[in-house]
Amino acid sequence: METFDYNLKLIIPEMFLFVWALVVIVFDISSKRRNSDSVGYLTMAGLAITAVLLYNFHGGISFNNMFSSDILALFFKVIFLGSAFMAVGSSFGLASDKIKNHRGEYYGLILFSTVGMMFLSSSNELISLYVGLELTTIPLFVLAAFYKDKKTSVEAGMKYLIVGAFSSAVLLYGLSLLYGFTGTTDLTMIKINLSLLFLSAGKIGPGLILAIVMIIAGISFKLALVPFHMWAPDVYQGAPTPITAFLSVGSKAAGVVAFARIFVHGLIAFVDPVMKPLDWGIIVAVMAAAAMVVGNITALRQHNIKRMLAYSSIAQVGYLMIGMVAVSELGIASVGFYMFMYLFANMGAFAVATIFEDKTGSSSISSYKGLSKSAPALSACMAIFLLSLTGIPPLGGFAAKYIVFAAGIQAGYYWLVILGLLTSVVALYYYANVIKTMYFSDGNSDLKINIHPAARLVLVIGVIGVIIFGIYPEPILNFAMESAALFALP
Amino acid sequence: MEDRILTLVTFFPLIGAVLLMFVPKERDDSVKSIALIIAFITFLFSLMMYSMFDPVANGMQFEVNIPWISTFGISYHLGIDGISLLLIMLTTLLSVIVMISSWNSVKSGVKGYFISMLMLETGMLGVFVSLDLFLFYVFWEAMLIPMYFIIGVWGGPRKIYAAIKFVLFTMFGSLLMLVALLYLMFMYHSFAGEYSFNMIELYKMPIPLGAQTYIFLAFALAFAIKVPIWPFHTWLPDAHVQAPTAGSVILAGVLLKMGTYGFIRICLPMFPEATLQFVPLISILSLIGIIYGALVAMVQRDIKSLVAYSSVSHLGFVMLGMMALNVQGLEGSVLQMINHGISTGALFLIVGMIYERRHTRMISDFGGLAKSMPVFSTFFMIASLSSIGLPLTNGFVGEFLILLGVYKANPVYAIIAATGVILAACYMLWMLQRVIFGKITNPENEKLKDLDLREKIILIPLVILIFWIGIYPKPFLERIEPAVKNIVSIVNSSRTASEARMSKGYKCVGDRCDTHTVSIGGN
Repeated sequence: METFDYNLKLIIPEMFLFVWALVVIVFDISSKRRNSDSVGYLTMAGLAITAVLLYNFHGGISFNNMFSSDILALFFKVIFLGSAFMAVGSSFGLASDKIKNHRGEYYGLILFSTVGMMFLSSSNELISLYVGLELTTIPLFVLAAFYKDKKTSVEAGMKYLIVGAFSSAVLLYGLSLLYGFTGTTDLTMIKINLSLLFLSAGKIGPGLILAIVMIIAGISFKLALVPFHMWAPDVYQGAPTPITAFLSVGSKAAGVVAFARIFVHGLIAFVDPVMKPLDWGIIVAVMAAAAMVVGNITALRQHNIKRMLAYSSIAQVGYLMIGMVAVSELGIASVGFYMFMYLFANMGAFAVATIFEDKTGSSSISSYKGLSKSAPALSACMAIFLLSLTGIPPLGGFAAKYIVFAAGIQAGYYWLVILGLLTSVVALYYYANVIKTMYFSDGNSDLKINIHPAARLVLVIGVIGVIIFGIYPEPILNFAMESAALFALP
Repeated sequence: MEDRILTLVTFFPLIGAVLLMFVPKERDDSVKSIALIIAFITFLFSLMMYSMFDPVANGMQFEVNIPWISTFGISYHLGIDGISLLLIMLTTLLSVIVMISSWNSVKSGVKGYFISMLMLETGMLGVFVSLDLFLFYVFWEAMLIPMYFIIGVWGGPRKIYAAIKFVLFTMFGSLLMLVALLYLMFMYHSFAGEYSFNMIELYKMPIPLGAQTYIFLAFALAFAIKVPIWPFHTWLPDAHVQAPTAGSVILAGVLLKMGTYGFIRICLPMFPEATLQFVPLISILSLIGIIYGALVAMVQRDIKSLVAYSSVSHLGFVMLGMMALNVQGLEGSVLQMINHGISTGALFLIVGMIYERRHTRMISDFGGLAKSMPVFSTFFMIASLSSIGLPLTNGFVGEFLILLGVYKANPVYAIIAATGVILAACYMLWMLQRVIFGKITNPENEKLKDLDLREKIILIPLVILIFWIGIYPKPFLERIEPAVKNIVSIVNSSRTASEARMSKGYKCVGDRCDTHTVSIGGN
C-alpha cells in the first residue's frame, strides 16, 4: 500500500476512447456538419481501435488497487464496446435526418458514456466506481432527450435525469455508510474488514443493513429492476431508438458489473450461511422474481415495440439476476454470458426497430403487418432476434438462459428457476406476437426499405453472433468462466 | 461412412434449406425441384443407412460422440437402434411425399415454405438420432419454429390461433423438461464427478425414487403434451385442422411420435421405477383418450377433424401398449407409431386432395365419390381400413400386438381398449359410407377429376407399406426387437429390485442397492 503505482498503460484504451470522442465532435464541427456518414464511421472506427487496444493492454492492477484491469472487466468492456458499436451503426439514418445539427455531440456522448462504463467495470473501489457510474449516465440523460422538439423525448430525458439523480444520491448514501462501517473504500479491504467485523460481532447491525438496502436500491434503479423500474418504459419509448438499445444493453451491463463488484466481491461475507436470513441474496431473488413476472406480464399488453422491448428487458434482467443470486462461479459466468448473448439479440432487435421507424415513422407493433413480404431479410433478422430473446435453441438466448438456470438450480433456487421458465412461456407469447404480425398478417406490401450499409453490418453482426454463439458457445463460455474465477467463489 | 451416415442424414435437409435461401424467390419451380431433390437424396441416404443397419446387433449403431460444450459435458452424440431407425425411415419418406404433395397446393411464399419444411425435417431427424440429452432438447425445441411458421403462414382460416396454441402448449411442456434436465445434470455430477448428458450413461445412474418421480413427471408432461395424451390433447385438433395438408401429415406422421419416442427413449429406461408407479395413471388416461378420441371423431362433420381426433385415439393405443411394459406391448407400440404415420399420413393426403378439388371438407358435401373418382375412393378405402386395423393391413399387426401385450399385463385394460377398435370401425366406415358410397347427391361431385399421376405417386408407396407391414411385418419387427428387449429388461430389473425391496424392507435404488449411494440436491 505504501508504494503508489501509476501504470498508465492499463488505461490506454479508456484514454484513447475519451480523446477519440473529442476528435469526433471536433471533426463534425470542422467539417461544418456536412458529412453525416463519415462521422458515424469515424466513431465506429474509434470503437474498433479501442477494442484492439484493449486486447493489447489489459491484465494488472493500477492506481493503488483502484483500477483493476482483470478478465471480468475485459469481458464486460467487450460488451460495452459491442453495444456502442451496434448503437452507432444503427444510428446512421437518424443522424442524417433528425439530428443534423448535433450529430457530432450525439456520437461523442455515446463514446463518453462508453468510457464511463469501461472505467466502472474496472473500478475496484467505491469512489471511482461511483464516478464511473455517473460518467456512464450523465451523457445518457442528454442522449435520451436528444430530439429536442419531441415532447416524449424531452420527457424521457427529464424523467431519466430525475430518477437517475435520485438513485445516484441513494447509492452514494449507501456507499458512504459502507465506508463508515468499514473504514475503507477499497472493495477488497471492505471484504476483509467485513469478515473481521463478523468474527468479532457475529451479526449485522441495522446501519449496515441500511447501507446494503440503499446500495441495492441505487443499483436497481440503474438496472430497472422491479420495483425500481417505473422510469424505464417511458424513457425507452421516448429516447431515440439506438439510445434505447444502448441503455438497455450497455448501461445495464454496467449496472450488472457494478453489482457484481460490490455485492459478490465486496459484500461476499453476507452470503455466509450463518447470515442467511439477513443476506442480500433473498432480497435480490425476490426482486428478480418480481421483475420476471411484472416485466413479462406487462409486456403482453404493449402495442409499441419499444415499450414492449423495454418491459421485456426488465424481465431479462430478472433472468440474469438468477445467476447473480446464485453467488457461484457458474452464476457469475452465467451473468456475463447472458449479457453477451443479450447484446446481440437485443441490439439487433432495436436496430430493426430503428430501421423500421426511420422509414415509416411508426413504432407500433401493428404497423409491422406484412413486413415479411416487403422486407423479407429484415423480418427474418427480427424473427431470429426475438426467438433468441425467447430462448429457443439453437440460438444464443437459449444457451444463455440454460446456463443462468443451471446456476440457479445448482444454488438451490428451484422456485426462482421454475418461475423463470413459466414466465418464459409468457414471453414467448408476446415475442411470437410480433413474428405473427410480420409473417401471418397481410399489410402494406409496397413498402420499400433501404437499409444503410452500417445498419446492415449491425444486423449481420447480430445474426451471426446469435447463431454462431448459440451453436458453439464454448469460447464465450470459457471466457466467462475464466472471468468469474476471479472472485474465487465455490 | 459408418460414423458419418447419421450426421449426413440429419443435416442434409438443413444444408438444402441454406442452399434454398440463395435461390431467387421468383423462381418457384426451381425452389420446389431443389427441395424435392434434397428430400429425395436424404431418403436415399436413409435407405443406405437402413441397409447398413445390423438387425440383430444389440445396442446403438453408427455412434458418433464428439465433445461439443465440454464445460458441461455436452457432446454431439448420435446413434440409433431399431426404434429410431424405423422412425427415421418414416420421417424421410414422409418428407419426400409432402414435398410432392405441396407442389401445387402452396401458392404464396413458396420459398419460405420449402425452407421451413427442410428445417423441420432436420429438427425431427435430430430428435430421433440424439443420444445426448441436451442435443435432444435442442432439436426438440428447434423444430417448433418451422412448424409454427408452417401452420401460421400457410394454414387455414384460424391458423394464427392454432399456431400460437401449438407453440405455447409445446413450449410449456418442454420448459419443465428443461428444469428436469438441469437437475439431472447436477445429479449426475454428484454421482460420477463430471457432467454428462450421455443417455446411455444416464440410464446407469441410480436415482432415488422421490427425485425420480419429479423428474419423470417433468419429462412425461413434455412428452404427454406432444403425444398427446388426454387431457393434453386440445392443441391437436386445432393444429391439425388449420395446418396445410403437408403440415398435418408431418404433424400426425412424425411430430406426435416424438412424444411417444421420448417416453421410450428417456422415461422408461432412465426412470424405470417412477414409470412403474405411473403405469396405472398413464394407462387409464390412454384408455380415456382411445374412447374419447373415437367418440368425438364420430360426431365430426369435417373429414380432417375426424382424422385428427382419430389420432388422439390411435396414440392412446400406442401409449397403452407401451405401458404394458412387456415385449409384445412395446413392439406393438413402436410398430403402431409407424403404422399411424403411414395410414394417418395417407388419410390427410387424401383429404387434402379432395379439398383441392372441392374446397370443402364437410362430409355432408360429398357422397357417391366412388362413381366419379374410383381410384381415389380405392385409396381412401385402403387407408381407412388400415387405420381401423383390418387384418392384412399394417394397423392390424400393431393393434394385435398391443392388445396381446396389454392383455398379459392387465386384461381389463385390453378389453376396454378393444372397444376402441370397434368404435374406430364405426366412425371410419360411417364416414366412408357418407363420402364415397351412395348416390351422388351434390351435382358438383359428378364431374370431379380422378387422381392424376402425381397424386398416385404420392399414395402408392404408402399403400405398399400398408400391405407390406400387414402381410410380412418380420423385417420391421426384427429390427425393433433387440431395442425393445433392452428397455424391457431395464424396466424388469428395476421391478424385481423394487419388489425385493418391498419384501426385505430396506431402501435402495434399482438393482444397484449396495454399490452406490447418491445424495440429491445439486453439488
